[in-house]
Amino acid sequence: MAINFSKKPGLVIYFTAGDPDLETTREMALAAIDHGADVIELGVPFSDPLADGPVIQRASERAVAKGTRLADVLVICKEIRAARPEAGIILFSYLNPVMRFGMEAFAKAAKDAGADGVLLTDMIVEEAEEYLKLMHANGLAPVFLAAPTSPDARLKAIAENSQGFVYAISRVGITGTQTELASDAKGLVERIRKFTKLPIALGFGVSTPEHVRAVVEFADAAVVGSAIVALIEKTPAEEAPRAVGEFVRSLCGGVKTA
Amino acid sequence: MKREDLLHTGAHKINNALGQVMLARRMGKKRIIAETGAGQHGVATATVCALFGLECVVYMGEEDMRRQELNVFRMRLLGAEVRGVNSGSATLKDAINEAMRDWVTNVRTTFYILGSALGSHPYPTMVRDFQRVISKEMKRQILEHEGRLPDVIVACVGGGSNAIGAFYEFLPEANVALIGVEAGGRGMALGEHAARFAPNGGGVPGVLQGTYSYVLQNDAGQVAATHSVSAGLDYASVGPEHAMLHDSGRATYTSATDDEALEATKVLSRTEGIIPALESAHAIAEAIKLAPKMGKDKIMIVNVSGRGDKDIGILTRELDLSGDVTRKVSA
Repeated sequence: MAINFSKKPGLVIYFTAGDPDLETTREMALAAIDHGADVIELGVPFSDPLADGPVIQRASERAVAKGTRLADVLVICKEIRAARPEAGIILFSYLNPVMRFGMEAFAKAAKDAGADGVLLTDMIVEEAEEYLKLMHANGLAPVFLAAPTSPDARLKAIAENSQGFVYAISRVGITGTQTELASDAKGLVERIRKFTKLPIALGFGVSTPEHVRAVVEFADAAVVGSAIVALIEKTPAEEAPRAVGEFVRSLCGGVKTA
Repeated sequence: MKREDLLHTGAHKINNALGQVMLARRMGKKRIIAETGAGQHGVATATVCALFGLECVVYMGEEDMRRQELNVFRMRLLGAEVRGVNSGSATLKDAINEAMRDWVTNVRTTFYILGSALGSHPYPTMVRDFQRVISKEMKRQILEHEGRLPDVIVACVGGGSNAIGAFYEFLPEANVALIGVEAGGRGMALGEHAARFAPNGGGVPGVLQGTYSYVLQNDAGQVAATHSVSAGLDYASVGPEHAMLHDSGRATYTSATDDEALEATKVLSRTEGIIPALESAHAIAEAIKLAPKMGKDKIMIVNVSGRGDKDIGILTRELDLSGDVTRKVSA
């Protein structure tokens, strides 16, 4: 099982694939893995990233403008898998590019590319029957998002249908960095725990080493996305893998412990 | 003609805004947000918020703010804050994205009055139910005046709220033909139009903004830019109930180009003394094409979804009327 948060702190790192370019995305992912990321979320850029704040919107716009396609993201997924057999890799996408690719073709291609799981932001658990069948048939872990506003019945359905981990959203709203962690977060993780033994990763607004430390007090892993993407935005491509590696190491507090 | 242009604020949008603001009040929400394309839904929402003393924020693409300047001013006069959106093509789709981002962030205090029959459930059905008064009135009035149902109903389709409202009560009446008119823009190349149902137009089923429907997109699943002279029809997807009616064949969908809509605006203004909204002018254009093929005893109803005052700026740029005198009084 490649999704594993047994070393502390558990860390999921998000990249918008194709920003600044696919090769750099691959090198940054490898650097992140080497410096402490347990799971890489490879984001497929989309023209209308509804759940994302300005940082990831801009990255997505740049990557779409470069012509980055789902098929390209699958290629670097396969390369990352070949280079780092033990790392966790999740393909992250909005639903439409996957539907255009074909859900069944996508599930097969994701398996072939060595992905461990899939997170589709706008795939809701209530309408996921066919998607879940295809995930199961191809040995892929479906990861669903759980929000602080979700009632218990919905959290239960999300927890029961997720594999790999459950992605808890720290606050109401969209992705983006913030100075303080939301007070919603801990309560949500506790509510999800009632329904599952799966690890729970907390994301949205987790931006600093202090946040990561605070998150892993009550969750199994922290997801860092916008802070990484913002760093990439201001770093020249050739320096980005090293910069990302250093930032990931700082997020881990310098060292991971078993 | 079904004269939705005569409604307060000048379009059918007020039907839905009134319905949703009642819901917002019942839910105890004090802050209202909305998106708007042509500005008619924004004006309707700003109006009901003024009436009930609610805070109102309207998201509008900056391209649309430029071309529907009059409605921006009306919204501000009514006490609403208009927030420009400059992402993507800076039109209706982008305004909806931004309104949805606001909504998920402030959902505990905020009610989102969505203006068209799209978005996540229950909006498409809720907006349709608030707009079905259009076809209820059509049915009652045509039975009063003509003693029978119409043969054809024509309505323009952006997101599709006026059209679904105009069609709904007639869905079980198989002899009533239902025709939706999309924006044909400047031609059928992707990015030049908003005709989601046009064969080879680039519209295929997909998911945008929580709705499974036809979406104009490229072969990588990226949502395409759109163009229409009318801001209200300038949208890459379409209400899901229209997709269903299209696939079942119960309604048929066609398109009118920018030029046809502009010409129809001129024709209706000069023959009936009614200046239609550029959106509604697409329906008028189809009526002009269709009428000569119908017998004199046939009945067609065109839904005039809004009035054209908001478009005078665009019309001034698009139509050269100098020296253009159509009627002369003989001596």
